[in-house]
Amino acid sequence: MAEATANGLGQHALHTGHAHEAPAAIVHADLHQEHPIKLYLVVWAWLFILSTCSYLVDYFGLHGYLRWSLILIFMILKAGLIVAVFMHMAWERLALAYAIILPPILVLVFVTMMVFEADYTLFTRLSFFGAGP
Amino acid sequence: MAETLTHIGQTEPRPTGWQGIAADWSSDQRAFKNVSWGKAMMWIFLLSDTFIFGCFLLSYMTARISTRVPWPNPSEVFALRIGGSDIPLILIAIMTFVLISSSGTMAMAVNFGYRRDRRKTAILMLVTAALGATFVGMQAFEWTKLITEGVRPWGNPWGAAQFGSCFFMITGFHGTHVTIGVIFLIIVARKVWRGDYDTGRRGFFTSRTGRYENVEIMGLYWHFVDLVWVFIFAFFYLW
Repeated sequence: MAEATANGLGQHALHTGHAHEAPAAIVHADLHQEHPIKLYLVVWAWLFILSTCSYLVDYFGLHGYLRWSLILIFMILKAGLIVAVFMHMAWERLALAYAIILPPILVLVFVTMMVFEADYTLFTRLSFFGAGP
Repeated sequence: MAETLTHIGQTEPRPTGWQGIAADWSSDQRAFKNVSWGKAMMWIFLLSDTFIFGCFLLSYMTARISTRVPWPNPSEVFALRIGGSDIPLILIAIMTFVLISSSGTMAMAVNFGYRRDRRKTAILMLVTAALGATFVGMQAFEWTKLITEGVRPWGNPWGAAQFGSCFFMITGFHGTHVTIGVIFLIIVARKVWRGDYDTGRRGFFTSRTGRYENVEIMGLYWHFVDLVWVFIFAFFYLW
């Protein structure tokens, strides 16, 4: 809804806003998000390359922190490409981008809590039941 | 609409950056300026779905950290015997490539939709649906293979009992999403093919007339399914 002006013409401006908004919104939505097909093919190729890389991490049997960091890097790059280009987030206004992208990052707080909780569960299991069967 | 009426009939460009966020969200107006309600609601639905899958992966992490019994090695569990030798994780790799390809065709379908190329849009959407159905088929094969090898939600021959329940719940929920996506892809492709978005024919679900933006909204859902698979692939199969 368009903002009303604060100069005593509020009511009037509100109506004008409505009249302007309806057709403009429809035209605008149909016009934007036109990019060359080549862009999608390039991203597609990159997703293939990154997926191959993450598969090779397993194929060559890398271990420990090298394995985990490579998996995470390839995962984040792939997710970023999909959200930014395929889902057009790169061309949206920041108000939408932050409203959608910031909340999932808070899941990391939950992850931290559950890492502590799981470590504690493992500790109690080991101290009461001993090592695995 | 990315502008605000300041005086009657006059428009001013809206601020960008942090000021843009504050200005868009404040003063009792619609926050998402150039996004239709359909697209905004799809994004918010996807956000809530992110939390669902986030919780699944979290519970998987908790189970895997807290078990005393070694976790089965996914690299061996999901290996296939091709040409006399075991290739680790090969089926999952193929599934990943199939799903990424379906995302690529979907992105191009959205593009052709905005160019009002009905034929190409519908064909690309049907290709996307076919790739999605292929993915579900391979997942069914994978489930069958694991079930015949003795994997159950309460146990498996190789290690921690939680492996089965995590596997069936996470991949099952994802597979359900893919299946629903395939069904809706076929419905929207039919509407595009018939020219519903050109003639303003009323829809099947809400009785509203659709626009080519519906193809993009459908695309958002489909890319999300691919996005979730990226995380499942990394955390469940590769970790």
